[in-house]
Amino acid sequence: MPTMNIIQAVNDALRLEMAREPKVVVLGEDVGKFGGVFRATSGLYEEFGPERVIDTPLAEAGIIGTAVGMALYGMRAVPEIQFADFIFPAFDQIVNELAKFRYRSGGQYPCPVVIRTPYGGGIRGGHYHSQSPEAMFIHTAGLKVVIPSNPYDAKGMLLSCLRQNDPVIFMEPKRIYRAARGDVPAEDYIVPLGQAKVVREGDQVTLIAYGAMVPVIEEAADKAAAQGISCETLDLRTLMPYDIDTILASVKKTGRAVVVHEAPRTCGFGGELAATIYERAMEYLEAPIQRVTGFDTPFPYSLEHEYMPNADRVVGAVRATLEW
Amino acid sequence: MVAVHLQDDLRRVLDEDGRVIKGAQVPPVPDEDLLRIFDTMTLVRVMDDRMMKIQRQGRLGFYMKSIGEEASHFAVYPLRKTDWVFPSYREQGAWFWAGYSVENYIDQLFGNEADPTKGRQMPVHHSASWLNYVSISSPVGTQIPQAVGTAMAMKISGTDEVCMTYFGEGTSSTGEFHVGMNFAGVHKAPVVFVCRNNGYAISVPIEKQTAAKTFASKAVGYGMPGVRVDGNDILAVIQVSMEAVDRARAGDGPTMIEALTYRREGHSSSDDPSVYRDPNEPETWGKKDPLNRLRGYLKHRGLYDEQAEKQIIERHNEAITAALARADSLGAPPVESLFDDVYEELPWHLVEQRQYLMAQPRTRSPHKH
Repeated sequence: MPTMNIIQAVNDALRLEMAREPKVVVLGEDVGKFGGVFRATSGLYEEFGPERVIDTPLAEAGIIGTAVGMALYGMRAVPEIQFADFIFPAFDQIVNELAKFRYRSGGQYPCPVVIRTPYGGGIRGGHYHSQSPEAMFIHTAGLKVVIPSNPYDAKGMLLSCLRQNDPVIFMEPKRIYRAARGDVPAEDYIVPLGQAKVVREGDQVTLIAYGAMVPVIEEAADKAAAQGISCETLDLRTLMPYDIDTILASVKKTGRAVVVHEAPRTCGFGGELAATIYERAMEYLEAPIQRVTGFDTPFPYSLEHEYMPNADRVVGAVRATLEW
Repeated sequence: MVAVHLQDDLRRVLDEDGRVIKGAQVPPVPDEDLLRIFDTMTLVRVMDDRMMKIQRQGRLGFYMKSIGEEASHFAVYPLRKTDWVFPSYREQGAWFWAGYSVENYIDQLFGNEADPTKGRQMPVHHSASWLNYVSISSPVGTQIPQAVGTAMAMKISGTDEVCMTYFGEGTSSTGEFHVGMNFAGVHKAPVVFVCRNNGYAISVPIEKQTAAKTFASKAVGYGMPGVRVDGNDILAVIQVSMEAVDRARAGDGPTMIEALTYRREGHSSSDDPSVYRDPNEPETWGKKDPLNRLRGYLKHRGLYDEQAEKQIIERHNEAITAALARADSLGAPPVESLFDDVYEELPWHLVEQRQYLMAQPRTRSPHKH
C-alpha cells in the first residue's frame, strides 16, 4: 500500500474521480499548469487538459459563482480557494447562493459543488493565511462541512463528497498537509460522511477535535497517559452533519469532555458541541466541559505559537475536568 | 488581444409609430411569432395591473411591475429550449414566452402548495428547471458569474447551447458583474449579457451608477462586443439578440447588450418614485411605449385587429381570474416541508427539529399571502 501525505491523498482522489467521471472539473487560481500553490492538483492539467482543470482569473466570487453555474448544469465542480482566509469575497455566493439553491428552488436545482480550501494556523502565515472559518459555514443551512486529519480520510472523504449531491466545504489542514503521512490504498474507497472516528479508547476524559488539532489531542492523550490519566480521543471528521451518537457514547462512558479547535472561542463549534452534550448527557457529566481554543483576537503573526492550542493546554483542561 | 467593437449608437428598427426606419435590418420573425409576442406582452401588462391591484388590496405581499420594459424581455426570442436563462426580477415576458404558465406565476406569488418553489421565496422569485430558467436571487448580480459557469459547462460538454443572463444597469456596479464579464471574456463562454438600462436602481439614477458614457462600453474592457439597443423596440431587441446568440453558438464568445428603456412605475410595490424623480418623466417615455410600437408595426403590416386585441385582453383576464381563484383555494405548503431540500437527505439534527416543530401547537400566519 502506498504511503501518502494529505496533499498526495487529495490529489489521488481528484485524479481517480476525474478518470471515472467526466463531469468532474477542477477550477481555481493556479490549479492548472502550476498544480496549485500547495501542489494538490499537480499533474491533473497534463492528464485531463485545460477544459477540466481550469486556471481562472483571480477572483474568488467568480470561482465559486462559475462553479455554482457549472453544478446547476450538471457538472461536478471542485473549486479550490487558495487559502480559507481568501474565501470571503465569495461568501455571498456560498451562503446565499450555493447553500440555498436546492431549497429556494423548491428542490429543482441541486448544486453539488465541493469547495476545497486549506485552512488553519501554525505555518507563520499571519492573519491572511491562518484562519479557521469553519463555524461560519456550519452555521449556514444547506452546507456540509468536512475536515479530514489524515491522508486516508482525506482521500476517502473527498471521494464521498464527490459522490453525493449537496454542497460541501472541504477544509484541508495545511499545517499537517505534509507532516501527516500514512498508508492510503491506491484503489477506490470511500469514508462515509457524518461519522466520527474514535482514534484511541480511554475511560476518564473524552477529547474531541478535528483537522490539525487531532494530532494535538493525541499528543495530549499521550502526556495524560504518562500522568496515569486515560483519555478517549475523537476525530469528528465531518462537522456538519456531525456524529452526535459517537460523541454521546464516549462522553457517557467517560463523564468528562474537552473540545479543542484553533478557531476563536466565542460562537466556535466547541460551544455548539458543549451545549448539545449538556442537553443530552448532563446526568453523565462529572465536571463542566472544557474548551481549548484560539482566542477571540485576529490571528496573530509573531505570537502565533501563543495563540494556537497545544498539548499542554489540553492536558491542563483534562486535569481541570478531573480536579473539579 | 481580440479586436472588439462597441456599438455606442443606439440600434433601432422601429420608429415611435412602429414604422421601420429606413435602412434598418428587420429580423426574420414569422408573423405568427409577432402575434404571439404581442399576445405575451399584453399578458405581462394585464398581469402586472391585476397583481399590483391585489397587492394594494392587501391580498399579495409584494409585487414588481415591468410596464414600459416589456420589449427587453424578448431578448430570449432566439433561444432554443435547451438553452439556459439566468433572469433578474423584471423579465416576466421571458418566462411566459418560455412556457411558464399563468398558474405557475400566480402560485409562486402566493407561495401556496402548488408554487414550483414550494413557498420558499417571496413573490417574484420564480424558478423553473423544466424550462432551464434558474431561480431568481434578490442580491443583484449573483446570477452573472453563475450564468458564465453554466456557459463554460456547455462549452466543456461540447454542446452548442447558449446561456443568457439579465440584470439592471445598477447591477453593473457590483463586483459580480465585473467578475462574471471577465471570466466570460477570458474563457470565451457562450453567454449573452442583457443589461436592462431602465434609468433607475430603485431611486438612484444612472449618472450615480457610472461615469462611463454608456453601460455597453464596459464590455470593451472584457474583450467582448458591447451593443446598445433601443430596449423599447421589439424588433431591434430581437435583431441584436439574434446576432449575440448566433455569435455565442458559433463559439465566438460572449456579448453584452445594453437595452435602453425606462421604468415607468416604482421599483416595486414598496416604492414611491414621486419622492425622487420628475413626475412628468414617465409620460415622456410613455410615447416610446414598446407595446404601442409593436401594435403600430402590426398595423402597418396589416396584422392588427382591434377586436382581436380586446379578445386577447379578455382571455388573459379570465385566465388570471381563474388562476387567482385557484391560488386562493390552495393552502400553504405542508408544515413538515419546511425542512425538505435543505439537503438531499434529512440529517439527524433536522429530523429532530422537524419532530419538535410538528409537536408544537400550529401557529397562524399574520399575512394573507
